[in-house]
Amino acid sequence: MAAVAIDGHGHDDHGHHEESFVSKYIFSQDHKMIGKQFLMTAVFMGVVAMILSILFRVQLAWPGESSDFLSFFLGEQWAPGGVLSEDMYLGLVTIHGTIMVFFLLTGGLSGTFSNLLIPLQVGARDMASGFLNMLSYWFFFISAMIMFGSLFVETGPAMAGWTIYPPLSALPQAISGSGLGMTLWLFSMAIFIASSLLGSLNYIVTILNLRTSGMSMTRLPLTIWAFFITAILGVLSFPVLLSAALLLLMDRMAGTSFFLSDIIIQGEMLTNHGGSPLLYQHLFWFLGHPEVYIVLLPALGLSSEIISTNSRKPIFGYRAMIGSMLAIGFLSFIVWAHHMFVTGMNPFLGSVFVFTTLLIAIPSAVKAFNYITTLWKGSIVFAPAMLFAIGLVSTFITGGVTGIILADAALDITTHDTYFVVAHFHVVMGLSAVFGMYAGVYHWFPKMFGKVMNSKLGYAHFWITIVGAYGVFFPMHFVGLAGAPRRYYDYSVYSEFDKESLAMQMDLNVIITVFAIMAALGQFIFLFNFFYSIFRGPKAPQNPWKSNTLEWTTPVEHVHGNWPGELPTVHRWPYDYSKPGAEEDFIPQNVPLVEGEEEH
Amino acid sequence: MVTKLIILLVIVLGVIAAAQLMRVHELSSKLGEQKEHEISNRDNRWNASMMLVFMIVLFGGFIWLMLTYGWVGRGEAASVHGHELDWLLNLNFVIIIAVFFLTNFLLFWFAYKYVKKPGVPAFYYPHNNKLEMVWTVIPAVVLAVIIIFGLKSWNSVTSESGKEAVNIEVFGYQFAWQARYAGADNQLGKFDYKLTQDEKNPLAVMTGESIQLAIDSMEMGLGGIAWLEDKLNDRDIMLTPDERAAYDKDLNAKEKLIRLLYQMRQSHDAKLDKYAADDFFADTLVLCVDQEYEFSFRSKDVIHSAYFPHFRSQMNVVPGMTTRLKFTPDKTTVEMRKSRGVDDFEYVLLCNKICGGSHYKMKMMVKVLEKTEYDVWFKSKSEGVLSAGATMKDPAWDIEPATFDYKFHKTAAEPVEAVEGEELDGDEELVEGQEQEEADPTDGNEQAEGHDAPAV
Repeated sequence: MAAVAIDGHGHDDHGHHEESFVSKYIFSQDHKMIGKQFLMTAVFMGVVAMILSILFRVQLAWPGESSDFLSFFLGEQWAPGGVLSEDMYLGLVTIHGTIMVFFLLTGGLSGTFSNLLIPLQVGARDMASGFLNMLSYWFFFISAMIMFGSLFVETGPAMAGWTIYPPLSALPQAISGSGLGMTLWLFSMAIFIASSLLGSLNYIVTILNLRTSGMSMTRLPLTIWAFFITAILGVLSFPVLLSAALLLLMDRMAGTSFFLSDIIIQGEMLTNHGGSPLLYQHLFWFLGHPEVYIVLLPALGLSSEIISTNSRKPIFGYRAMIGSMLAIGFLSFIVWAHHMFVTGMNPFLGSVFVFTTLLIAIPSAVKAFNYITTLWKGSIVFAPAMLFAIGLVSTFITGGVTGIILADAALDITTHDTYFVVAHFHVVMGLSAVFGMYAGVYHWFPKMFGKVMNSKLGYAHFWITIVGAYGVFFPMHFVGLAGAPRRYYDYSVYSEFDKESLAMQMDLNVIITVFAIMAALGQFIFLFNFFYSIFRGPKAPQNPWKSNTLEWTTPVEHVHGNWPGELPTVHRWPYDYSKPGAEEDFIPQNVPLVEGEEEH
Repeated sequence: MVTKLIILLVIVLGVIAAAQLMRVHELSSKLGEQKEHEISNRDNRWNASMMLVFMIVLFGGFIWLMLTYGWVGRGEAASVHGHELDWLLNLNFVIIIAVFFLTNFLLFWFAYKYVKKPGVPAFYYPHNNKLEMVWTVIPAVVLAVIIIFGLKSWNSVTSESGKEAVNIEVFGYQFAWQARYAGADNQLGKFDYKLTQDEKNPLAVMTGESIQLAIDSMEMGLGGIAWLEDKLNDRDIMLTPDERAAYDKDLNAKEKLIRLLYQMRQSHDAKLDKYAADDFFADTLVLCVDQEYEFSFRSKDVIHSAYFPHFRSQMNVVPGMTTRLKFTPDKTTVEMRKSRGVDDFEYVLLCNKICGGSHYKMKMMVKVLEKTEYDVWFKSKSEGVLSAGATMKDPAWDIEPATFDYKFHKTAAEPVEAVEGEELDGDEELVEGQEQEEADPTDGNEQAEGHDAPAV
């Protein structure tokens, strides 16, 4: 299949014909345009998810107080009198999580940068199959629109949390969002998975088959290694989520009992018997955990590249970085049940997963220390991308260490499903991946749009964001340690048993929300900078960051097929920065080794 | 609507104004030499200092939070294993806080120190196997320690409970909890969700009588099979197609369920009814200090999670399966109030798995009593059940009388006399002794065996 696609896709005949608006901007098969389409869709979905989060943060900080902000967005139906409704609170939480995990950080991050960078950095004219690549984007777009549209249905969007555990998600009687909203969620997810699979297959084939001459696997930039491993994880794990979604759809629509057994809901005795809600959880987390690394690895790949370039030093331990990514990728498949320590699963199984989960800390530690060593004795240039990459390393560490507590089944008993978990995964996966994505946008903006983003606004954006982010998630750990369960509409119930704890939570929740609003406003600086620079930004030179990788050898103006003439030939790894004996502090990959020069 | 439009208009105008300002700024900076993509030394130095400032703020903020909020709210553990888990948590925290400070310090310090200085090249340093070995092995060793301690605790917390453990079933539904105590024989009666009757058997306890009741109500009751057939066949009523479909569906389901109920009636072993006979119910979970409890959990509808924050215990409550946990409370409510210095502190059981709109309200209060108080409470509850449906109001603990009012306790006589005056460690004998007394002489043999037989 892949081979046919390559053979059938003669690149040279592409550059000649005139392109119409539709084939250039809408149904484009050019990977650079598709990357931009992913990015634009992701920016839109990201803004939606951010607004949703501010809506429910307002409720958490000032529960029950009427707010014009809430009624502005939600109207009388979901915020009667300006007070968020209980059901919609759960709807907001659910859709916020879904958009962030799938549409921003999987589709947006991986879709944008895998598409943009894989052909450019391996020296290919385009993806193995431009057509599948186009389908991948349009499936993504359709699923994004269905998910967005589900916010507007009469009974509300899905409300069972982003993990949509049945029976809550299977029974429309259980909560209003489990009606049409949940059906749309499942359809959207099924289409999203199709998009992800088409994309991932394309990435894998392109990386394996279309590398230019001299580009051996050990000369690939770490970005490509990260995208490669991510794509493999996606191909192996997303189909399992698809099966979970389809089985759940059948339980909802065809009366099957995969996940349902012995239930009486709203007085109605169901005949379903023999299903297991735990089965769903196993299927879900078999995707769900690799998904964490599907989100994280591309961000780590991008930051490897950015940190090395801006430290003017080779990335420290190139092979160890690849090895640790492979180890993380492999281990991510055998840790899923650490999400299920207290679900009623056999405790012995739990202990196996404690072991495998904590093993992941080892390659993660290697990565963190390698980043730090890359900075050591560097000559650091603080481009906005570099700031975000450093922010990523910080949040990767800070969020990673709390994972050690959650991975320990005995300690997970008291922290499971509390705000401690929320804080942990937001820092290690949310913030790290978002920082990685921002770093990537600032760094490769010149490649995407031929313009440079304003660095002063970039600084303001970064410092507001990192202060806001830590301001939101540090206190959240303490809310969680105090035992506050997540997905609570408010904590009024605490007034019946522990007023001291309630007072503390209210203090912290106000702090968190204030920082969240600050951070959210900070993102508008980015949005402004982004759109302004696309149209009015200063023109970028060919290689603005003095980088080694092949994408900076292409012309600034996009051409179909990427290089106007011959494809470049690669002679060295991508990290020859500040190499002793060289004239400049960077040597692009297509520069031949001089006599007597060792590769690295 | 008009306000929304005005707000949108203001935003649009604001963006345009900002864009114009940017334009002016850029035109003026074009007069200078600096190209936009080149980061000036001044910017580099400013960001480097900010790295240091941020690190100090980050560490300061963390320490402040730790000192102010570190253990407030969580409070001390109130169960035997809870102390062990808190110790383990502290150990883990010491390790991860050390790692957090060390690595973040190195990160921000290097970012500050190695900012670009004109004329100073970066040090070409692609790898060092020894160093990489160090930070592979050290985390591995530390993690081994964490894993060993963690698994040790995990195994002891999740292991089977001792023989003296008292059985309690906790039943969760949207949006409340009910407790079912095993009564004097410490054996819970069987259950089956098909036996659920809103008023008379909310927890679906299985006895010969409750099976018959379920069958009767499904055959003849309001909304039962006969009623549905009447509706569907009555030519005087005009049903909409939707109503007809709904009734049809309902009838199908009930016909399926009734067959299962018939089977259940046929295979039911009446000898097991006695385990259910002395079970009693409570809306507040009342526990005895220093007594081990074996909880089993059951859900009526969706997944809930039984979360006891103060006892450091949690287990999901899953429809279609029974889950369990055990713990031994080691501080009475009164003692905990004293040690916290808060008069109105209570223990609680919260729901910690999203279960619907009112998830956040789903809780049950928990009381831990001294043994003597507990025995009095337990006895009165048992008697309440055993004296043929008599209601028992216990104003001291705000406990509602059990709604369970079957009249199958006719033979039970003087069951709980022995409770008082017994030593604590005599509990096991005591339970068995009770059983002997309670037993109907005709089936004494089953009774003796019954104690060890699984309840289900």
